[in-house]
Amino acid sequence: MTARRRGSRGRRAARITLYAWSGLVFLFLLLPLVVVFPISFSDSAYLQFPPPRYSLRWYREFLADPNWLDATWRSVKIGCVTAVAATILGTLLAISLVRGTYPGKGLLEQFVMAPIALPSIVYSVAAYKLFSTFQLVGSWQGIAVAHTIHALPLVVLVVGASLRTVDIATEMAAQGLGASWFTALRRITLPQIRPALVSAAFIAFISSFDELVIAMFLGGINMTLPKKMFDSILFEIDPTIAAVSVLQIALVVIVLLVIGRFGSGVRPAA
Amino acid sequence: MQLTGERPAAGQRRLSRAGRQRLLYALLAAPGFLLLAIVFAYPLVDLMRLSIENGTLAHYEEVFSGGLYVGVFWNTVRIAGLVTLLCAVLGYPVAHFLATAPRGWALFGLLCVVLPFWTSLLVRTYAWMILLGNNGIINKLLVSTGLIQKPLPLLHNEFGVVVGMVHVLLPYFVFPVYAVMLRVDRNLMAAAEGLGAPMWQVLRRIYLPLTMPGVVAGATLVFILALGFFITPALLGGGKVMMVALLIEQQVAQMLNWGLASALCMVLVAAILVSYAAIKQLGRSRTA
Repeated sequence: MTARRRGSRGRRAARITLYAWSGLVFLFLLLPLVVVFPISFSDSAYLQFPPPRYSLRWYREFLADPNWLDATWRSVKIGCVTAVAATILGTLLAISLVRGTYPGKGLLEQFVMAPIALPSIVYSVAAYKLFSTFQLVGSWQGIAVAHTIHALPLVVLVVGASLRTVDIATEMAAQGLGASWFTALRRITLPQIRPALVSAAFIAFISSFDELVIAMFLGGINMTLPKKMFDSILFEIDPTIAAVSVLQIALVVIVLLVIGRFGSGVRPAA
Repeated sequence: MQLTGERPAAGQRRLSRAGRQRLLYALLAAPGFLLLAIVFAYPLVDLMRLSIENGTLAHYEEVFSGGLYVGVFWNTVRIAGLVTLLCAVLGYPVAHFLATAPRGWALFGLLCVVLPFWTSLLVRTYAWMILLGNNGIINKLLVSTGLIQKPLPLLHNEFGVVVGMVHVLLPYFVFPVYAVMLRVDRNLMAAAEGLGAPMWQVLRRIYLPLTMPGVVAGATLVFILALGFFITPALLGGGKVMMVALLIEQQVAQMLNWGLASALCMVLVAAILVSYAAIKQLGRSRTA
């Protein structure tokens, strides 16, 4: 009786420790996201915390600066092209890898996943050399192509995981009833994995929208939003970056909400 | 009789259709494969060729002979190891919390891990600069409460780099461990407890071994990603913390020393492959 009571008391202590520990880690994870909010609404030209007065000054600054806007639109454009290209190519790869039976499939799978494990600095250096021979350095199309390589494994992971849950029998049944292989794929299988396709496209977009190292090598000055942010952080820590940061966090929250509503499998690597 | 007579023909047709389907599935991979071959694999092979240009290993000799570059490699491995260890210590209990807490709390916790995971790396790095700087929020708080007299050096040193890297990489550890923990049969722990095992014994002899595959997967991911980290050490290290990725960028962008840079790239890739194989081997011998 006493032993059991001691056991339950010990368990409660362990539970409290676990919750406290997790709470501290959550604080550690969220704190950086939270601090940029007050600073972005600061009226001060310096990083003061807490800000002396609040205003929308730095948001206006961002919206009035063609350099920031150009970089932002270019990043959106590159992100959209990357999302479309990576989703189409990645979905085809995922269907092939999950459904197909052909020699060398295991090797192909490892090859498709390789861009995740390769440090982006190594890939950037390699791509720079290739792209410079085709005069693609400094073009947004070149960055989009390299970002597509980067996003491809993420799409294959998300779409492949969803495809494994789809019963192939429905597709076979459609074919048995006279549908062609392609029609069965298009009208039976693809609608079933639509949530994964939505998630994959958004994940590809975000991965491109955030990517810096490739854009640093293949782009030029102020080519993409992350490059512009990197330079600003390096040379002039003014609160415009805080405003940009808040806008980026808002964008991510919107994307996560869209994925939550229409998508599936937000958590990668799991 | 009529039916059996028709069967072989139908079977044959189905077989040929299956064969055609197999070919079609293989062909679906072609566009993605071609893109990867041309824009991913070819440049890497080209980079490898560049590192041994003129057929000599001179660039590799330079990498390994000078204490400088070897030192940077060791520094990178040490920092990556430290970051991995911290991620494990911070993340293991958090993954357990996510897997066992009541639904509402678990969802809140997941949000706390997912939101930073999706937030731009630059936003987070910038925020750490605001927090850790000499006039940063943390130092101001500590000085104003009288805990310290002078601001602590938190930024532009290894401490800042490690904090920033742990913040970025922690979710990569938590997700795989969490996924494994969800699948652990709770009855096993209840049985061990019922047989009189104290809590820490249950943890050490039941829970930890059962969740080890997740720990190994998460640690591998964190360690490998940490080896190639560039942006966080570049900004939070302030040029004082040297890692391989920074060295490569320096050699290409400032020195235009392509030969040495490509050799450094190859050694980095080799280091990643070796650690991947080593950790995998370690995981196998643990579970065996």
